[in-house]
Amino acid sequence: MARKKLREYSTKYIIKNNFPLLCNGSKLNLKMIQVSPNTPTLLELSKTIDNIWVNNSKLVVKPDMLFGKRGKNGLVLLNATLEEADNFIKEKINKPVEIGGKSGLVTHFIVEPFVPHTEEYYLSITAQRESNRISFSNCGGMEIEENWDKVSTLDIPYGETIDKVDLHTLIDSSVLNREYVIEFIRNIYKLFNDLSFHFIEMNPFTLDHEGKPYPLDARGEVDECAAFKCGGRWLVDGEPVQFPQPFGRSLYPEETYVNELDEKTGASLKLTLLNPTGRIWAMVAGGGASVIYADTVADMGYGHELGNYGEYSGDPNEEDTHKYACTIISLATRNPDSKPRALLIGGGIANFTDVAATFKGIIRAIKEYHQDIIKANLSLFVRRGGPNYQSGLQHMREIGHKLHIPIKVFGPEVNMTSIVAMAIQHINNPIANPVPIHHSKPTSLTMSPTINGVH
Amino acid sequence: MASSNHLPARLFTKQSQALIYNYKEAAVQRMLDFDNVSQRDTPSVAGLIHPGSDGGLYKAFFGFKELVIPVYNSVSEACQQCPNADVFLNFASHRSAYQSSLLALREPSIRTVVIIAEGVPENEARSLIAIAKKAGKVIIGPATVGGIQAGSFKIGNTAGTIDNIMACKLYRSGSVGFVSKSGGLSNEMYNVLSRCTDGIYEGIAIGGDAFPGSTLTDHALRFEKLPEVKMIVVLGELGGWDEYGIVDALKKGEITKPICAWVSGTVAKIFPTEVQFGHAGAKSGGETESADAKNNSLRDAGAIVPTSFEDFSNVIAATYAKLQSKGLVKPVEEPTPPELPLDFKTAVKAGKVRKPTSIISTICDDRGDELSYAGVPISEVCKEQYCLGDVIGLLWFKRKLPPYASKFFEMCLKLVADHGPAVSGAHNTIVAARAGKDLVSSLVSGLLTIGPRFGGAIDDSARVFQDAVDRGLSPDQFVEGMKSKGRRIPGIGHLIKSATDSDKRVIILKEYAYTHFTSTKYLEYALEVEKYTLQKANNLILNVDGCIGVLFLDLLHSSGLFTQQEIKEIIDIGYLNGFFIVGRTVGLIGHALDQKRNKQGLYRHQFDDILYDVKLGNGPE
Repeated sequence: MARKKLREYSTKYIIKNNFPLLCNGSKLNLKMIQVSPNTPTLLELSKTIDNIWVNNSKLVVKPDMLFGKRGKNGLVLLNATLEEADNFIKEKINKPVEIGGKSGLVTHFIVEPFVPHTEEYYLSITAQRESNRISFSNCGGMEIEENWDKVSTLDIPYGETIDKVDLHTLIDSSVLNREYVIEFIRNIYKLFNDLSFHFIEMNPFTLDHEGKPYPLDARGEVDECAAFKCGGRWLVDGEPVQFPQPFGRSLYPEETYVNELDEKTGASLKLTLLNPTGRIWAMVAGGGASVIYADTVADMGYGHELGNYGEYSGDPNEEDTHKYACTIISLATRNPDSKPRALLIGGGIANFTDVAATFKGIIRAIKEYHQDIIKANLSLFVRRGGPNYQSGLQHMREIGHKLHIPIKVFGPEVNMTSIVAMAIQHINNPIANPVPIHHSKPTSLTMSPTINGVH
Repeated sequence: MASSNHLPARLFTKQSQALIYNYKEAAVQRMLDFDNVSQRDTPSVAGLIHPGSDGGLYKAFFGFKELVIPVYNSVSEACQQCPNADVFLNFASHRSAYQSSLLALREPSIRTVVIIAEGVPENEARSLIAIAKKAGKVIIGPATVGGIQAGSFKIGNTAGTIDNIMACKLYRSGSVGFVSKSGGLSNEMYNVLSRCTDGIYEGIAIGGDAFPGSTLTDHALRFEKLPEVKMIVVLGELGGWDEYGIVDALKKGEITKPICAWVSGTVAKIFPTEVQFGHAGAKSGGETESADAKNNSLRDAGAIVPTSFEDFSNVIAATYAKLQSKGLVKPVEEPTPPELPLDFKTAVKAGKVRKPTSIISTICDDRGDELSYAGVPISEVCKEQYCLGDVIGLLWFKRKLPPYASKFFEMCLKLVADHGPAVSGAHNTIVAARAGKDLVSSLVSGLLTIGPRFGGAIDDSARVFQDAVDRGLSPDQFVEGMKSKGRRIPGIGHLIKSATDSDKRVIILKEYAYTHFTSTKYLEYALEVEKYTLQKANNLILNVDGCIGVLFLDLLHSSGLFTQQEIKEIIDIGYLNGFFIVGRTVGLIGHALDQKRNKQGLYRHQFDDILYDVKLGNGPE
């Protein structure tokens, strides 16, 4: 639940679709087709009635994968015939490319009419805490970053209507068809607000043969939390809009699975796989604490061994916690190689989450995977506080003892991240039972009585 | 890019009171428990708002005593009735938090609005921020647990259970102002700060959203102005520019107190692509939003920044030690917080108390996953196709009875299910139904007619026949004995049926018993009694109540399933009328429904069917 990036096609589609309703019936003359491995080919699509225009228009084809600098990387086909466009896509689809050090397959393309133009304007709107910022430049296009000093900005206090704002200072008289452009920006601004966009950028937009503003490129981000209000208008080709992953980041099945769990519950469950062969794995309660555990692993020089970033919070029920824990333990125990591994079951001192209740789900997962845990030489390091933590920790100790799983259990008497040092020592130790070291603080000295390593 | 609205420095005092919208019971009790150990004079919860409720009172503990807290059904009513409450604590969901917070911001008496919900749309949060700014009010949240001013006021679930409050000495004031995004980490830090300083003066969790109602900077500037705060501790997070507001304030000299700061998320640089962390506002991406950039800027501006989170407590302890050595912090007077009684549920869980129960149940257990009747899970009752007679066996007799017995029960139920509209019970049901009474009223109107003269003779007949057999009375001794005491024999006699016009129901019952029962001793005896009474009058037959009564005696004695003691108990308590009640309920409901279905109007008895015998002029003087 946060800001989500949209594909260019989705951004344009949502803008075009909502334009007449929000902008006094005026229309945006946008035409575009999306081609992906899930759609027919461009040639096949060209035969449907809505897409007749591709047959008698010169075309532009661009990959639509949330990465920029497409022109600079030679990935844009301009002024092409239908056949050329179709061949271009067939040649490139599902082929790997490398952009900015990230590589991945190109799967989605956007096909649009080629609009000959001379003007290239830059427009963006960004949501800020107390205002929306409109940025405009008459030097838009590929070189915008080099020309950033020519971009002027105007902050409009949130809640103020755009109709009362004079945009003439922002769009000066050098802009062709200035009033059309101002009207266009007003309309985009209204859409931005009404559809809970967080960011819209058109770089560039130009003027079509009628002199009307026409976005050549568009990027958009929406606030997913507003889905319950705007979801019905975030439709693309009649379907709810999809939020693609950042380029170069295809999801592992486990990540997709946790995403699905997360969407179904009011609680929060997150998993990002960093290194499938890593030796340190994390299942940490709390959005804030989980970041600090990952930080600490990296600070101690073991970032390369960190298998995942993981977080559960908001009092997930036993069933969800169980599924989440199973996912992480199955990842952490995959391909055993007898070298020691560690799982951090960490967390701060909860305010209201019942620790014993959430641990129930984790303990069930430990039971189910206990053979794999032993086979993978995985040690468990637990640290948690909060309501009912004593009995939660006691159950953890008991399960470790009963199943002969090496598990070390601590409460608020030790620092939150003290188990990270123990985990690191464990993975460096060929004998799988490290003596916990006292890291950094004299206050963490009370740890020994609670140790429950199996010897 | 970060901006500060210069909020009022003091948000809470030891007299502050809150109104709680969509209250959570645990949160209310935790606030009141905190009040108690902090030795507040007044509870910090002034009233609860439950939209759509009828109001009323809510009970909670204030120390050892119980307290009643008024419940209101609207924000405006609550504010009118509780003008001293200036904190609005909003537990509404992310869908409705906006509307209720908006109402609260419009109330003149409310100064601070706390929004707990996670997932409030950014535009709604921004709209509330703009409104609060104009009105000079403070928003904490969304997506927060709230905050706490040690020893004075605690918001909702902040700082967790009372054990934690005691362990971190949050019942008394320290000298650290702490602010962070995360509620969970706040609590962790209260623990750390209680160990390496004299504890917090105030702690605020601003919430994990991209646009929090008040920012890290806002609260750092408040702490600067509060004289009790001697040092400031900030725990930031990657994503956003809020920490740069503190950098600006430091550069402009707006913050002069020592400030220890750490921005978490340094790990993001090792991630291959951008990652959405647990908080909505925590996204790896732009360079200036990174943890490293923010930590460096803070350090450059003069904040005390550790090398890692692990090191954070060290720099805090060192900073505090410096203040101590300069004499800037005075040693805290340690109050003795009053002992808080253990909550009963907690004590039970911990095995610390025992309590006698008020009620015993030996037939049915509804705890756990599955309901059970006399130990038989309801799934088995259905899977094994227990009949209604079997279920009566379980719930009345606490055992599974052999099929012939269960079938006999059902036969009794069927035979007594109805006996026409003219019998007194059915008549009463019909009259009540026609008076417009609901189903259950009509039913009980009929059921309450059941008694010694109508349907309620089964137990009594079982009793008298049992007694007669036990005492070895011959039928004539028995009948004459009853007569000499002026008692009718229950189970003998019928208004309409007679020896020549016998009751078909009785015939069916007798036939069943002869075929299936191992003994019919009591029936035989009753039939001897009938022979004798029939000599007196043609209608003194063994009626259906009597027949059921004696057959139950036979069943109980001959089945081998009941001890003598149990049989005596069954007869003494009077189980058997239950069969008539259950059976006839079916018929009475039928009559009530029938009258309603036929739209029958109010029943009034005919004048000419009543003999009026009232003498004139005989009234009171």
